[in-house]
Amino acid sequence: MSLQLKIGLLLTLTIVLLGLLAPWIAPHPWDTIAIKSRFLPPNSTYWLGTDEFGRDVLSRVLMGTGLSIAMGVSATLVSLAIGIPIGLAAGYFQGRTDEVLMRFADVLMAVPPIMLGLLVLAVTPPSLWKTALTVGFVYIPPIARVTRSVTLSLAHEDFIQAAKARAETNTYILFRELLPNAWPPLIVEASLRVTYAILLGSALSFLGLGAQPPSSDWGLMISEARSFIDRAPWIALAPGLAMCALVIGVNLIGDGAREYLDPRLKAGVGKA
Amino acid sequence: MGSYIFRRLLAVLGVLLAVSVLVFSISSLLPANVAYLILGPFAPPEQVRVLELRLGLTDPIWQQYWRWVSGFLSGDLGQSMLMNRPIAPLLAEAIGHSLILTLSSFVLIATIGVTLGIVAALHHGKPLDHGVSIITYLGVAVPEFFWAIVVIMVFAGWLGWLPSSGYEPLASGFWVWAQHLIAPTLTLVFAHLAHVSRLTRSSMIEIMQSPYIVAARAKGLPERIIVRHHALRNALLPTITVLALDFGRLMGGIVVVETVFGYPGLGRLIVFSIQNRDLPTLQAAILVVAAIYALANLTADLLYARLNPKIRYGRNVS
Repeated sequence: MSLQLKIGLLLTLTIVLLGLLAPWIAPHPWDTIAIKSRFLPPNSTYWLGTDEFGRDVLSRVLMGTGLSIAMGVSATLVSLAIGIPIGLAAGYFQGRTDEVLMRFADVLMAVPPIMLGLLVLAVTPPSLWKTALTVGFVYIPPIARVTRSVTLSLAHEDFIQAAKARAETNTYILFRELLPNAWPPLIVEASLRVTYAILLGSALSFLGLGAQPPSSDWGLMISEARSFIDRAPWIALAPGLAMCALVIGVNLIGDGAREYLDPRLKAGVGKA
Repeated sequence: MGSYIFRRLLAVLGVLLAVSVLVFSISSLLPANVAYLILGPFAPPEQVRVLELRLGLTDPIWQQYWRWVSGFLSGDLGQSMLMNRPIAPLLAEAIGHSLILTLSSFVLIATIGVTLGIVAALHHGKPLDHGVSIITYLGVAVPEFFWAIVVIMVFAGWLGWLPSSGYEPLASGFWVWAQHLIAPTLTLVFAHLAHVSRLTRSSMIEIMQSPYIVAARAKGLPERIIVRHHALRNALLPTITVLALDFGRLMGGIVVVETVFGYPGLGRLIVFSIQNRDLPTLQAAILVVAAIYALANLTADLLYARLNPKIRYGRNVS
């Protein structure tokens, strides 16, 4: 296991643990308004200061952790479950199947994710689970496309010809021959997707189409803190840095896992 | 190749048609209709009815759709509801502003990203590689809106070098105009650099270990020539696809960045029209974004086909 993977796992697990334990370890109630203690800079009672309603920023950041993780993971699972089969089929069968599947993906991809998200979310009253579902839906095409391009490059390899010659079923070839070889780029992609999902979800919350006040979603917190950036920068910095740490952690896992899973990279023979 | 391009152009038109149906049907689900929005929440119901009839909102949905699409094709995008101006010039102005922002960011992302990726790959596992990783990790890990706020905090607040938001036309002087562009461009480049450089790095590392590179080394070719003539072309193939995706992401990135910086482009127009339920503007803006994006995708596919001798489109390989 590389150092990268270890740091990534440590960072991510710590954050996940903090998020899970948040209701018990948060030093103050996250949603109690206390007008007298507004805009307090970080001090010994309020480690990360207080916000415009006198709420403890640390407690709010802790309570927001679970929301962000759930957003990233659930959205990515949705897009992997639908995107991988589409990509494998398109890249392997090619011809008409490829055309039809990729044109379907093109329609979804023809609008940038955040705009597709805005469009879908504009018609319903915003709530966080709808945002997660929308984010997952929006990220199907990139997963399908990456899977397809890897499959395209593998489809004419000898081991696939061999599998065909052995008269293996298509399902076997897709999921037992192609998929394991497509994993390394897919893991990089999926780890990026988790982080993109976290970021897109928080961006939608930032624009007012995700979590609603008084939720402690990080995107919403930063959005609310925008107006006080010159007098109380800690309100925006705390959730921003927390998101940064989580996203870096997940990214490190993705990269570390790729080098761990790819035997050619692990061997590290010669100068590379 | 010619017939392939033709077929792809047809496909792009098909995609845009599908997108127009998607956009139209989703936005016609919005709770309040146009007549209600024009007259305001306290309008008497019979007045709303009269306006609905006049605007044709009681016609079957496919007739409304046809009217909208045919209007679009003849260049009549309709009337923006809130600003009470025709949409076409409104949109043209916003597109102009956004294109300046996106293209300058795109060029910077492509050049800096590919360079960083190659440098990191050639120093795989050494301090330089880790340094590049840390920089790009930071870029991708910080959401755009947070970068934007940090950029404002540092360059507008502490240093006072740049204006915190807004836009000035080129007519008020080049430097003033450029000043308003720097902060949003900086934000976009930082936020989008990682994907390109990471992908270039990982495919470059993979290529550098492939047998044909080993063979080239065995021939005694200098490393510089191996990298430039043997590795680069293959390593950049995946990057090209990702660059097209990145163009789309930039078009998405402008939504947040333009909103934070108050930059009057397409992104802010879209957010503004959603907030104000300005349906006709929202529909037109998203369709235009889709058109720009579809063309970027097509360009990437053609480049990919041109650069990769292993893939030949238009002929069936079985």
